[in-house]
Amino acid sequence: MNAIALLSAAKDGVLTGSVYALMATGLTLVFGVMDIINIAQGILVILGAYLSYALQVHWHIDLFVGLLITTPTMFIVGVVIERAFIGRLKGPEKTAMSILVTYAVSLLIEGALNMIFSVNDVQLQASYVSKSFAIGQVHFGFIYVAGFILAAVLLGSLYVMLYRTRFGMSVRASLADQASAALVGIDVRRVSTITFGIGVAVTAAGGMIYGATNSFNASSSYDLISRLLTIIVLGGMGSLGGAMLAGIAMVFIGDVVGVVWSPVWSTMAYFVVLVLVLLWRPQGLFGRASARVA
Amino acid sequence: MKLGNRRYLRALTATALAGVSMLTIVGSSGASARSHASASPVKIGISLSLSGDFSADGQAFQQGYQLWAADINRAGGLLGHPVVLDIKSDASSPTQVVTNYQALISNDHVALTFGPFSSLLSLPAAKAVSRYGYALVEGAGGAPSVFQAGLKNVFDVSLPVADDLMPFAKWVTSLPASQRPKTVAFVTSNDPFTEPQVTTIEPLLRKAGMKVVYNKVFPAEVTDYTSIADAVAAAKPQAVVLGSVDVPTVSAFMQAFEQSGFSPKAFIATGGPDQGATFLKAVGGVKNASGMMVPNAWYGGSANPLSKTMVAEYVKKYGGTASQVSSDVAEAYSVGEVMAQAVKATGGFNNKKIMAYLHSGATLQSVQGPVRFNGLGENVVPTAFTFQWQGAKFVQVNPAGDPNSVKVLYPKPAWGKG
Repeated sequence: MNAIALLSAAKDGVLTGSVYALMATGLTLVFGVMDIINIAQGILVILGAYLSYALQVHWHIDLFVGLLITTPTMFIVGVVIERAFIGRLKGPEKTAMSILVTYAVSLLIEGALNMIFSVNDVQLQASYVSKSFAIGQVHFGFIYVAGFILAAVLLGSLYVMLYRTRFGMSVRASLADQASAALVGIDVRRVSTITFGIGVAVTAAGGMIYGATNSFNASSSYDLISRLLTIIVLGGMGSLGGAMLAGIAMVFIGDVVGVVWSPVWSTMAYFVVLVLVLLWRPQGLFGRASARVA
Repeated sequence: MKLGNRRYLRALTATALAGVSMLTIVGSSGASARSHASASPVKIGISLSLSGDFSADGQAFQQGYQLWAADINRAGGLLGHPVVLDIKSDASSPTQVVTNYQALISNDHVALTFGPFSSLLSLPAAKAVSRYGYALVEGAGGAPSVFQAGLKNVFDVSLPVADDLMPFAKWVTSLPASQRPKTVAFVTSNDPFTEPQVTTIEPLLRKAGMKVVYNKVFPAEVTDYTSIADAVAAAKPQAVVLGSVDVPTVSAFMQAFEQSGFSPKAFIATGGPDQGATFLKAVGGVKNASGMMVPNAWYGGSANPLSKTMVAEYVKKYGGTASQVSSDVAEAYSVGEVMAQAVKATGGFNNKKIMAYLHSGATLQSVQGPVRFNGLGENVVPTAFTFQWQGAKFVQVNPAGDPNSVKVLYPKPAWGKG
């Protein structure tokens, strides 16, 4: 076994895993507050990537500068989806129905993206995308490091918003018990709409990093959503810290197993860990079983 | 009694005449119906990956099929019947492709079936249509597993994939020892299209003294290739043989190699660089693409007159240059050409007769060159080539000695310097 390859795999696991965590954040936040399983999260990440692509190709706007436009845009997209589709779901079947509704939303967006951008693969290009720096013999891609920093900053900001602001208190109250939150005067519907908007807004950054490190088309969303769902299951549905840890764990385990053993076993190794964790803690690493009882 | 007999005979005669008249009417209306049917469309059923992992290839295949259909209809159709393509999307799923062909045959009543994209889908597709007695003529199912299934209804008009990399292997092993890569990495997706190609040339390169410093298979569903590419880069091979099906896989390896400061002297990928403009766009243009090699049986610059006509039509319809035409387009177009010749030779749309004809050893013509099938449905006459991006041009570099081959750009230029 090559020690440099092993160190590189560990580095890739942490850097790439944090970007997956960022993409999964919206999913876990939305489920935590709204009991909604947003199957459209994958295609929303791709939509975020295509928005960056459009800004870059048509207006030559830098990928990171473009986030100042794509993030609010994605927030609005999220609010519209919540108002048009998600907010109308009521009753005990709400969570199950949300899977169908968000899948339909996903298909709508996928169809629109295929019509606008075609199914040909594209990749976000910038001078720094292929550049790297070395520490010893381990190379760090600038875009991956930037993705890690972006993920850390955005997840930190979300944490501060949730635990240091009045709105965050409303979100946490809604997360704990929607009925009780409403009884103490919290506008749960408004909190849900904004939370969904935030959950979609973070896909702008995740999508940009994903699009800069992978060729993609609208169909790339299918691979993404399956991975994002396993991240929030492992981390615990509704837990930001859990999403971060699980995102890194997913890529880290796969990458290290790929080097030590074989890439063929990468995916299986992660799922073995996932199953073992769920046997030990069915609610995931940081999930709270009681939060879902209500 | 006599009267009765006469009456009976008259009645019989009248009945017979009426019967003859009826038969004449029916016969003439039948002839009229047949005459009318000669102008009725003939439906061809196809399942294509218009979404999912193979969507870019699926779309290129669709263009190839549509280009052929437009051409054959301009020439009067198949035996006078205008061709209508009935295309269903399989989302790159080996399960959905079966459902699609069942629906195409049972519900849509297509007369003929053309193949989907990739060996992964061609095998289940061929099994599905064989249950209905249909021939499956396809252009992207050349993996050994497709032919080893023992089906009698599958016909692949393209190059069988196992020998795709042989011209590259012959070239690299023929280099003087001082120039020949001393180390090589084999890294391949576990796909029926890629693995046979890579495993075929591995012993040849070993025998030539090239040390294998990395040799691993990765699952087809991988979404992040960085760590695999980093492991290859850490082994520092002078030649890399990548078993890839699509553009995203190749572009991910190229980007990760560049970030690792690693540029091999020779880099060949089994699929991706042959995707013309799509490949260039994904890898950041010719400055990165230059030097990348890919095996295939066809390229946009082919001297085959049939190919030149098709490429001219393609460029006129979709734009771009000959180098930017995906080989998928030619593979799909060839399917139509081969089926058209089989229909013409058998004088109808009887799939049993078409299969017998295609198994007869007849040599047919296509934009990819001559086609002749063995008992397994493999095309036994095509020649494998290696193509390479050299600046903005996609050129044939192997086999060496072929009049259309140019010198290999070797060593490959560093990333961004092509």
